Amino acid sequence: MNLELETLALVFWCLLGVAVFMYALLDGYDLGVGMLLSGSESERDRMVASIGPFWDANETWLVLAVGILLIAFPAAHSVILRELYLPALALLVGLILRGVSFDFRAKAISPLRPLWDHCFRFGSLLASLAQGYMLGRYVTGFADGGLPVLFACLSALCVAAAYVYIGSAWLVMKTEGELQARALRWLRLSGALTLLGLLFITAFNLLVRPEVAARWLHGTGLVLLVVLPALGFVCLWWIERALGTLYKNASCSCSRTARKPFFGVVTLFLLAFSALGYSYFPYVIPGRMLAIDAASAAASLQFILWGVILVLPLILAYTAFSYRVFWGKSEDLRYY
Amino acid sequence: MEPELLNTLALSRAQFALNISFHILFPSITIALAWLLFYFKLRFQLSGHPVWMRIYRFWVKLFALTFALGVVTGITMSFQFGTNWPGFMETVGNIAGPLLGYEVLTAFFLEATFLGIMLFGIHRVPAWLHTLATLLVAVGTSLSAFWIIALNSWMQTPAGFVMENGVAMPVDWWAIIFNPSMPYRLSHVMLASGLTACFFVAGISAYRLRKGDAKQAPRKALRVALLAAALIAPLQAFVGDLHGLNTFEHQPQKIAAMEGVWHTENGAPLLLFAWPDETRQANHFPVAIPKLASLILTHDPNGEIRGLNEFEHTPPVKPVFFGFRIMVGLGLLMILMAWAGVWLTRKGRGMPGWYSGALVAMTFSGWVATLAGWYVTEIGRQPWLVTGVLKTADAVTTLPAGNVSFSFTVYALVYAGLLVAYLHTVFYMARKSVAVEEYETQPLALQGASV
Repeated sequence: MNLELETLALVFWCLLGVAVFMYALLDGYDLGVGMLLSGSESERDRMVASIGPFWDANETWLVLAVGILLIAFPAAHSVILRELYLPALALLVGLILRGVSFDFRAKAISPLRPLWDHCFRFGSLLASLAQGYMLGRYVTGFADGGLPVLFACLSALCVAAAYVYIGSAWLVMKTEGELQARALRWLRLSGALTLLGLLFITAFNLLVRPEVAARWLHGTGLVLLVVLPALGFVCLWWIERALGTLYKNASCSCSRTARKPFFGVVTLFLLAFSALGYSYFPYVIPGRMLAIDAASAAASLQFILWGVILVLPLILAYTAFSYRVFWGKSEDLRYY
Repeated sequence: MEPELLNTLALSRAQFALNISFHILFPSITIALAWLLFYFKLRFQLSGHPVWMRIYRFWVKLFALTFALGVVTGITMSFQFGTNWPGFMETVGNIAGPLLGYEVLTAFFLEATFLGIMLFGIHRVPAWLHTLATLLVAVGTSLSAFWIIALNSWMQTPAGFVMENGVAMPVDWWAIIFNPSMPYRLSHVMLASGLTACFFVAGISAYRLRKGDAKQAPRKALRVALLAAALIAPLQAFVGDLHGLNTFEHQPQKIAAMEGVWHTENGAPLLLFAWPDETRQANHFPVAIPKLASLILTHDPNGEIRGLNEFEHTPPVKPVFFGFRIMVGLGLLMILMAWAGVWLTRKGRGMPGWYSGALVAMTFSGWVATLAGWYVTEIGRQPWLVTGVLKTADAVTTLPAGNVSFSFTVYALVYAGLLVAYLHTVFYMARKSVAVEEYETQPLALQGASV
């Protein structure tokens, strides 16, 4: 199998998309739980325990995404990280703080625990905002000026809201009782905010970016412009119905209904992400650099592609296995 | 070069050195500690003796803490290439990229996923699967070391590529991965991790004993660590010697700096101590063993060692010279300590207080030796980033120095805080385990059956 550079560039463009999506989905929920960390000590423990077995592997998707960018599109990698030097620093500091707080809070002396909980919350918030800001800067091709920066700031809030949304859906699925009831309220509120954010970003892109509008307002784009939001509203309706049942009937907290909102939000993320991908295909920096122009040597991409083909299914398999092992309500926080 | 750029270069180098020095501390413990954990778990699995489970449970907590610090500082590393060294990926990205990619694909996901099962899954999976998860974490950490050392070795002794328009193109992946210095460097680094983990385990166990821990667990763990160190330390001296011969062949200017040889000489002495003087190209206050350096490196007491005068590009001498002596000195001390310890604790004897005190003092001696060795090999490669291909100064970013000095300050502050918190927590956990061993509140026989 010897692929042309053009094909390889597209394959890696898609792989980059998969890695970023998996990251947003998986670290999204655990960052969301981090931002929501509150309540009594045992409730906080329960929240942390629900993401304990997963956060580390979730974060690895970010390393993979940055890795693919570095390996497959080094020219874009240099531009992106140069433009986003300071927000990337904020992201890293946020991830460092929450990553270590997670372990320190479980092992440190009790008087220090509230401090580590603060670090955990603050780190999660900082990392989420930084990611949203970076995304906002990225989709405008790092355009300078007041409007793009304002857009990036709003994008920061939207991404944070979306992470809280998926995080509270995760908690609805993984917890019971009073904590679950609180998670239901968070889910409603952050759902409304996320929806508002999505509408705003869509409108902004269609109004301010003529090339994006051109893609969406003709042919296939026009069909997608109707189908994707329609599917999104079906998801929202489905989530809302599950919420209604859960509100009315607290005793069904263990039932399958508690899982529905999470999978609804996952589908919403997928829809929003497809729309993003469709808007900018096949740019690796929107409006500035095409995937093919930034691609590495074919021999290198070919070499790493073998690894991806062999290993990625394996990674997905044992990730699925790990979720199966920890399926069901989260247990007490215990380290062995 | 513009003063601004010069500043960016100096700051970027300092920042990268800070990041990688801080990051390396944690993998240098976890790579080998993962194998020790696998050993403890296997002993429990085979004997069913609860003491092995207690040892496992104590050390797996310290492993998790250390691992988390390694993960978060490692993510920082993956961003640094793009933020501070764009020239690196632009010139050798076709080779460095896939090696880093294989590290993520084969190692990172494996260790991160099975770590979750190892830490939280003990009651949710069968015992054999939990032991397998421990093994897979150990395999993952070692694979990670394999790929990163392959890349680092390639930067030291590049092979298997051609240059096209100033960009390195891969020709032979086998030659790239198993480049001339790779097998020596990999074994040297793996053994260094072994010593770092052994002295870490021995130091913390000795600390528990000194705090009055009368349980069997710290004594057994201490004994295992000392026995392992007693085997690894002399092996490391042997491998280190082979590694030196390999460097002598491929990077003679690094050897010249390590040995403080300013002018090519036959029958060069081994300098135990000296004060190298770059301006006068000479050593002050030398304490030397005649002809020994030549004997070690050429197996001939009158063999020729090329001096720094023969090379167009030479590394700074002082850090390489002193780093090498610190590493070797600590290595020799480790051999002595490990052998003394095995002798003193034979047949379950108690240790004298001076010895356990010395062990506590050496808890993090592996860190010092590893960092010293790392500086020898990395500074010894300067001014090259990739030997003969790319100079460090040509790879640096064009970012304003202000940005880099800001990020440098932030990293330095965060890392200083983390280091204090880490050391504090490690010793706190050791003290806590003396008074309350929380898993002793459950009947051990039952635990044995369930795990």
